[in-house]
Amino acid sequence: FGGKTWYIKVSFTCLKGKYLEELNIQTVTLIPGDGIGPEISTAVMKIFEAAKAPIQWEERNVTAIKGPGGRWMIPPEAKESMNKNKIGLKGPLKTPIAAGHPSMNLLLRKTFDLYANVRPCVSIEGYKTPYTDVDLVTIRENTEGEYSGIEHLIVDGVVQSIKLITEEASRRIAKYAFEYARNNQRTSVTAVHKANIMRMSDGLFLRKCREVAENYKDVKFTEMYLDTVCLNMVQDPSHFDILVMPNLYGDILSDLCAGLIGGLGVTPSGNIGANGVAIFESVHGTAPDIAGKDLANPTALLLSAVMMLRHMGLHGHAKKIETACFDTIRDEKVLTKDLGGNAKCSEFTADICRRVQDMD
Amino acid sequence: MVKSVFFDNLVNNGSFDLSSLWGFHHLVVKPILLNGEREKEQVRYHVIYMCHIEFSIPPPAKYGGRHTVTLIPGDGIGPELLNHVRELFRFSCVPVDFEVVHVNSASTSEDDINNAIMAIRRNGVALKGNVETNHTMPPNHKSRNNLLRTSLDLYANMMHCQSLPGVQTRHKNIDIIIIRENTEGEYSSLEHESVSGVVESLKIITRNNSLRIADYAFRLARDKGRRRVTAVHKANIMKLGDGLFLQCCKEVASGYPDIEFDSMIVDNTTMQLVSKPHQFDVMVMPNLYGNVVSNVCAGLVGGPGLVPGANYGRDYAVFETATRNTGKSIANRNIANPTAMLLASCLMLDHLKLHDYANMIRGAILTTMNETRLHTVDIGGQGTTSEVVQSIMRIIQSGGPLTTEI
Repeated sequence: FGGKTWYIKVSFTCLKGKYLEELNIQTVTLIPGDGIGPEISTAVMKIFEAAKAPIQWEERNVTAIKGPGGRWMIPPEAKESMNKNKIGLKGPLKTPIAAGHPSMNLLLRKTFDLYANVRPCVSIEGYKTPYTDVDLVTIRENTEGEYSGIEHLIVDGVVQSIKLITEEASRRIAKYAFEYARNNQRTSVTAVHKANIMRMSDGLFLRKCREVAENYKDVKFTEMYLDTVCLNMVQDPSHFDILVMPNLYGDILSDLCAGLIGGLGVTPSGNIGANGVAIFESVHGTAPDIAGKDLANPTALLLSAVMMLRHMGLHGHAKKIETACFDTIRDEKVLTKDLGGNAKCSEFTADICRRVQDMD
Repeated sequence: MVKSVFFDNLVNNGSFDLSSLWGFHHLVVKPILLNGEREKEQVRYHVIYMCHIEFSIPPPAKYGGRHTVTLIPGDGIGPELLNHVRELFRFSCVPVDFEVVHVNSASTSEDDINNAIMAIRRNGVALKGNVETNHTMPPNHKSRNNLLRTSLDLYANMMHCQSLPGVQTRHKNIDIIIIRENTEGEYSSLEHESVSGVVESLKIITRNNSLRIADYAFRLARDKGRRRVTAVHKANIMKLGDGLFLQCCKEVASGYPDIEFDSMIVDNTTMQLVSKPHQFDVMVMPNLYGNVVSNVCAGLVGGPGLVPGANYGRDYAVFETATRNTGKSIANRNIANPTAMLLASCLMLDHLKLHDYANMIRGAILTTMNETRLHTVDIGGQGTTSEVVQSIMRIIQSGGPLTTEI
């Protein structure tokens, strides 16, 4: 009789442990976005549910409102939610042309000081591009550089744009790059620059990278000119591992790498901010012409969500969902239009859900 | 600066001297009514037209039927490749003499580069290798190549990227002309550290230079029978700077209605280049984007060893490899690809109006590449530089014209 009670007690403890583990649900702020944003967000939520990922979603809207003092800001509920949860997933946001406020992405970046934009580019088996062996990460400084927005009309017909490079920002991004290398078992970090022409600005960036490299002797550090990187990237992308660079070069190179693996529709992206905030997003547009028609491809947002899971340490779930997604694409039976098939978004999602469930 | 110039007797088709109109102006053409006639209707020819009045570059100096060209060996693979060019020219009896000017990249004084610039002013044409820039030197030590381009006002860098038959690449049949503004933009070398730890670098865009380069691009497109010019920019972020560039391109485009004009943002451009490069025809852009795009295109057609580049100014022309690499790691090992430098020398011969020699050498290069498949290491072969050059010389010899001994 005592034995039976003991058995029941143990079972209950095991169950309780499992329950507790499942209770370790993390809340993530979800910003569905505009256009195809809502449907791809729904798709991602469905897939996460099927994978039983311990994530609880908190949906928020970030349409800009005018705060006290007349400055545009994101709604306070959204800001609070992000600061509390620290992790966010964002769909594509519409950039209004004549709404009078700056682009939403810019506003988010400034509000949460999102200083690093990380884009891992890995060739997707099943989505054929001329480049098959891409496996690199571009880490781009996101706050200053050429995009500081400081421009002057000096005399009629002469315009000057200012590119700003600061020690602090350069050190921060270099540190993040090396930390990322360590946490993700990558072997080398390459700083991309044009210090032969922009001696002081890129020279400063390079010096900071070198200083930070001293503290991370386990990761190989190299420097390469922007033009050499472009040249070699197009001929043989397998030579590159992690690339760290200032804003403009990062913009161009990260889009170049996205083009190598198949475009913005399949590229994940993450923005890391100060205070532990991280927002993962899909970088394609809102595609208003196919919005609401169940034709969208959720791959970019899904892979960004997988990146988010890895960032949170949930590697098991991340691997499961990523494998299911790649398997679906590799099989080529249920593909959305932009991937070359003619399935609907819901069918594509359902296929991935099925694979995820089969894996359990 | 508003200048009013009155032309009468337009009806009589008189000729008039336009030299006072040198440069860029808005030409506002209004009919001047004769004899105090009142305007019957509001007929006004308010044509605002961009007009670049340019005299063609005067033919370079020719003594005894031979041209003199400045040669700047540079660093890395420059000297050995330019030696091959000289050898080939001597062999093929090309009537060009080279005036060699060395530029020492390690020295801090600017005498070397000033000598080179003076030599180019004297001769009008140059062929150069890349001079290395040691970026650990203090900021007042400017890049020698940049100094040369800005002093001689070589405002247009032209690069014609063509897939060469016989070279294995991921994309086939690429044919893109890239025209890059060569003197201003991000390469203005104007930097300062106003507060410790904060560096500002200035990017300058001027109306005159943008109009000039856009006009060059459209004229080239028309001369070569091209149908579309694409301007590459980032005006959504750099609204004033690249916005001005884009506006200038649009203005010039209105004067060439037979050529289509569109624009594309630079990050989208690089993405399209690696996936669908055949949509591009002629591209025009400011300095830095030109650097990125030209390197991407060079990579697409097979690498830095294959594409020649040309820098044109109003009075001078300097020819070099398109991607301007020093190639330090492969210097003096006889493995560099001479194609780019040899094709650059052919461009130079075309500029000197020695078209027969240019076509002969170009034909020999393409035959070596395609029929004999003698490739250097960078394009997947086993040949050495000298083997390739020897093969080219043999083909020229077998072609018939007078040559010296091999």
